Amino acid sequence: MLSLSHVSVAYDGQETVHDVTLDLADGHVLAVLGPSGSGKSTLLRAIAGLEPARGTIAWDGRSLAGVPTHKRGFALMFQDGQLFEHLSVARNVEYPLRLRRDRAERLRRDRAERLRRDRAERLRRTPGRAARVAELLDLVGLAGYGDRMPATLSGGERQRVALARALAVEPRLLLLDEPLSALDAGLRERLAGDLRRILRDAGTTALLVTHDQEEAFTVADRLAVLRDGRLVQEGEAAKVWAAPADADTALFLGYARVLEGDAARRLLDGAATGRSGARVAVRRSALVLDDAGPLAAIVVSARATPELVRLVVDAEGVGIVDAVAPLDRHPGPGERIRLRLDASRLALLPHE
Amino acid sequence: MRRAAALLALAALPVAVLAVFFVLPVSGMVSRGFSDGIGPVLDVLGRPRTHRVLWFTVWSAGTATALSVVLGLPAAYALHRLSWPGSRVVRAALLVPFVLPTVVVGVAFRELLGEAGPLGFLGLDGTAAGIVAGLVFFNVAVVIRTVGAAWESLDPRAGEAAAALGAGPATVFRTVTLPALRPAIVSAATVVFLFCATGFGVVLTMGGLRYSSVETEIYLLTTNLLDLQAAAALSILQLVVVTLLLTAAARVRVPAVVRRSVPRPRRPRRQDVPVLVATAVLLALVAAPLVTLLVGSLRAQGHWSLANYRALGTPGTALLVPVTTALATSLRTAFDATWMALLLGGLVAVVVTRRSHGSTERRVRGVLDGFFMLPLGVSAVTLGFGFLITLGSFRENPLLVPIAQALVALPLVVRTLVPVLGGVDDRLRQAAASLGAGPLRQFLTVDLPVVWKPLLAAAGFAFTVSLGEFGATSFLARDESPTVPVVIFRLIGHPGAMNYGMALAASVVLAAATAVVMLLVERLRVPSIGAF
Repeated sequence: MLSLSHVSVAYDGQETVHDVTLDLADGHVLAVLGPSGSGKSTLLRAIAGLEPARGTIAWDGRSLAGVPTHKRGFALMFQDGQLFEHLSVARNVEYPLRLRRDRAERLRRDRAERLRRDRAERLRRTPGRAARVAELLDLVGLAGYGDRMPATLSGGERQRVALARALAVEPRLLLLDEPLSALDAGLRERLAGDLRRILRDAGTTALLVTHDQEEAFTVADRLAVLRDGRLVQEGEAAKVWAAPADADTALFLGYARVLEGDAARRLLDGAATGRSGARVAVRRSALVLDDAGPLAAIVVSARATPELVRLVVDAEGVGIVDAVAPLDRHPGPGERIRLRLDASRLALLPHE
Repeated sequence: MRRAAALLALAALPVAVLAVFFVLPVSGMVSRGFSDGIGPVLDVLGRPRTHRVLWFTVWSAGTATALSVVLGLPAAYALHRLSWPGSRVVRAALLVPFVLPTVVVGVAFRELLGEAGPLGFLGLDGTAAGIVAGLVFFNVAVVIRTVGAAWESLDPRAGEAAAALGAGPATVFRTVTLPALRPAIVSAATVVFLFCATGFGVVLTMGGLRYSSVETEIYLLTTNLLDLQAAAALSILQLVVVTLLLTAAARVRVPAVVRRSVPRPRRPRRQDVPVLVATAVLLALVAAPLVTLLVGSLRAQGHWSLANYRALGTPGTALLVPVTTALATSLRTAFDATWMALLLGGLVAVVVTRRSHGSTERRVRGVLDGFFMLPLGVSAVTLGFGFLITLGSFRENPLLVPIAQALVALPLVVRTLVPVLGGVDDRLRQAAASLGAGPLRQFLTVDLPVVWKPLLAAAGFAFTVSLGEFGATSFLARDESPTVPVVIFRLIGHPGAMNYGMALAASVVLAAATAVVMLLVERLRVPSIGAF
């Protein structure tokens, strides 16, 4: 289990992570979500042992202070993979396995007798290195790519190789620094799904930093929101999503607007949700065109997308908000319409 | 068609200059070597002395190259990857030996290793080890610059990824950093080998007649023994070897692209102490001859005195003109050589960096690029010798020396400018063109703002190279208007404490002049300077 307590990290002489306290239990995948410059990568580097940090970073209750990166037993995967360009795909994946063998050989020199005894058994248990590499490449969907050089791979393939390499050591903790950000949108979505499956199947404990909320929701089961170097909110992904801690977090999590005071009350009353609150965060699709809906509005602008029509409306007593309409209804600006509220697409915010 | 014409027009002047003042002299020398058929050439190559000279050249250059790499690597790391108080000054200081006149280096080492010198007890004066030390002193900067530039732009995250996978610092260096640096190291080693093998002033001043490299042998054969055919034969041999080496170097050379974003150097940590100590040792090794030189120049007849410097205003017993006059000649010559090298080098850089349309054009540019690098490989002595036998009738022309020096400096100017101009995104020029800018306007708004600093740096570089140039100048300088390196060499060739003292003082003046120019250049912070 990874535990951070009161961790602060300075980068380039400036403190960019302030007093972060966080636990990550084995087998969970945590996404640290934050806008760029929020200090999330710095936090990741500190956990990896690449930046000196104040406070305590501990694994299974034992502090990692003074433990250099290569002895922490973590693996780190960068945004652009950082494959070793002079090694083939198979050699890249094999790299950590080779290191492990080197260590084993050193050990053998020290305690030759004991090792000889259980070596026979280990040979029986673990398949050869080549077989392990093939297995890993298969896991990331790149079977047969072993002899290719990294320069010949596409961005998505490179990230898969980087992932296979990181998983090869069976790390206690896998650290992922914006693993999919460098890829284009469609590929990112597909790879995010793959990443989730691979991490679940391998039972890997992982910490992912990203600025992309979709990526975070797809891959992670826990979410930590970092803003200006401070931990704003942490918890189960679905819960964080449903109940953002404050207005800025809500906007960052993809809520389109935050309504306050009368506007918020009017929206909740008019929609007859039975809920009340002074501050409401609404997603873009929270209001749906419905002729029987309780809320009256005037269309300000309308824009068709492949799936639905996105509207900006001036709702009575609420003000300017977003709404959606089915594709077969395309109201023009100035048209009077009625709206219904989809309560699962809004979040009540606590008072500030 | 118009593009090709424009290309040719830009390339015309440098090509013409190179044809007349480089190809003509060198081929003149080649044809002289073969004037009696191939027999005499083979005869010269079969002499035992030639074999000795060849072996010494290869051996000393190889050893000096290996030592330069070993000593240069830690310093390249400490100066380009780490940032500590004074690192910029040390960086500039370690570049100074590279631009010091070879004659000055020779004199400084003799002063250091000679019987009366502080390291005289080692008995290295006039030995092969002493010569190798001089070559290393001279060339270690090339390794630091070239490898340092590559190291600086290396993404540290590859190493971090390896560390996270369980690789210790030594393993990271062996399996990740070193393979990434290999092209730069090979490239630097090739260039250093080239400089060592064709090193002239150092070997001539330190080796005397006992040790001779191919380069000094050519000089001795020409000036002392008047065996021009043997000299030509050796020049041809050198030309062939050097061309082969340059071709090999071009194959491994990674195009030095100036990166816009490089990882910031970090503060040293505890594990960096060995590297910093190695750098300090190197600094001490580099400083020792220079300090000894300075101290020696301030002593006359066993006392501290400025007598040696005062004597620079008189011709003394060995010279026709006072050193001060020679200094004026040197500065004037260097000024002329600088503008020539800049003009030619600037044109060459523009020609070879413009984006090619079609494979023919690209091939033409490639050939031109290689063509203009040739002076780097052809030894200055060969060049001077060739000048002498083909352009001898122009010998009285005062522009001959600056032209020869400009040709020696040309490759360095080109190597400084090409990465910078090549780093300019061609789409910037296209954007300017689409906004209505003509070619000149494009150059002024897109290229000039990027290139003026490197241009200034290249000017300083060419100036110092010209100030210290000895190989070609020693053939071409007229007796009544010698440059300072020529004067220094003449002074140490004459007996008498006063002459030697004057040589030391003149060396200090020359070293100071080049060092000042180099420190100014270093302030411009042009990354490609001195890197190959």
